[in-house]
Amino acid sequence: MASLKDLRNRISSVKSTQKITKAMQMVAAAKLRRAEEAAAAARPYAERMASVLANIAGAVEGDGPPLMVGTGKDDTHLLVVFTAERGLCGGFNASIVKKARQHQRKLEGEGKTVKFLAVGKKAWDLMRRDLSDKVIERIDFREVKQPGFDQADMLGEKVMELFEKGEFDVCTIFYSEFENVITQIPTGQQIIPADLSEAGEEEETDEKSAATVYEYEPEPGEILDALIPRNIKVQILHAMLENAASEQGARMTAMDNATRNAGDMIDKLSVSYNRQRQAQITTELVEIISGAEAL
Amino acid sequence: MADSFQFELVSPEKLLMSEAVTAVSVPGSEGFFTVMAKHAPVMTTVKPGIVLVTKDGGSEERIFVRGGFADVNENGLTLLAEHAEPADEVDMAALDQSIKDAEEDVADADGQEAKTRAQHKLDQLKEAREGLKG
Repeated sequence: MASLKDLRNRISSVKSTQKITKAMQMVAAAKLRRAEEAAAAARPYAERMASVLANIAGAVEGDGPPLMVGTGKDDTHLLVVFTAERGLCGGFNASIVKKARQHQRKLEGEGKTVKFLAVGKKAWDLMRRDLSDKVIERIDFREVKQPGFDQADMLGEKVMELFEKGEFDVCTIFYSEFENVITQIPTGQQIIPADLSEAGEEEETDEKSAATVYEYEPEPGEILDALIPRNIKVQILHAMLENAASEQGARMTAMDNATRNAGDMIDKLSVSYNRQRQAQITTELVEIISGAEAL
Repeated sequence: MADSFQFELVSPEKLLMSEAVTAVSVPGSEGFFTVMAKHAPVMTTVKPGIVLVTKDGGSEERIFVRGGFADVNENGLTLLAEHAEPADEVDMAALDQSIKDAEEDVADADGQEAKTRAQHKLDQLKEAREGLKG
């Protein structure tokens, strides 16, 4: 049985842990709000982009640019895995990597080659043990506080450069979609060749504007050439912003749990501390009384 | 007074402007054009330059954009800008830097096509800079 002093030390250490987790929870809550705002602010652009794209894709005759139609093969897949820079956010990082791994296993089962691009420090940490030979590049944004278009631009350029070099045929990004504070859904989304099925759906509901006859300046094909790379960057930005919000949400929940657990532990330790103290007093009293009686 | 229409300026990070305006001049890549109410549907790429917005009350606003897309339809004009800020707040040093980068790109470019593309971009940036000065 632990001595009184041990218990006292234990209680004070759990208390300081609780203070830290509590502080982290509050910081995450504040950051979450900012991240959510950023994600919401980026939505109009993505929506407009989707509708413009749907419009123009219908107007282009023949094949679109390779970024849209692909290379005609699907032998080599590039999986871009977005994670956080830090841990202590529950299963957030692990669940994204797990999702990517499932995809990888499925593809390799079909005899395809898989390459990884690890974005975020944790992605590399989690994959380095068994997948390090498949990770062709890793990027982290440790010094970036809030992901913005600049980062998405940089990443997009990198991915497209690899595509032009023929390093891969299909690119899929993995990130966590922010549902609410408690739920974040790990998602895989194909960005090259562009998956226009979503945009297509919008076209149906928005039949009237899709039917408008546009004048294109320059040719639709040329606009599409410029539009597709931008769309890829926008999707990457979307993934990054969703991920940032999800990370803070996951951290908030994880730290809330940790704080509560620490509270429970303090209660339990205090009870056993008080019991022992009581027992010690009783023993001392018994000793004194029996000593007095013996005289 | 001229009719007004809905003008939306969005950058990837946020919705910058969404209001009723009477006219907007856009630096299209094939030449400047002004959009007013009931303009025919047009879709075009935009080069770096100044967008001149005439608001409902007649007041004007100059906004510097770095390339993007303009989409005119019956709902109004939507400008998808890569980067946008009020013209008098433009960071000239940053612009000069990107001009310098573009010059290096021209020098580094291998192949005729890449060179032409880089040169084109440089010219557009230089032109935008002239416009900002004036």
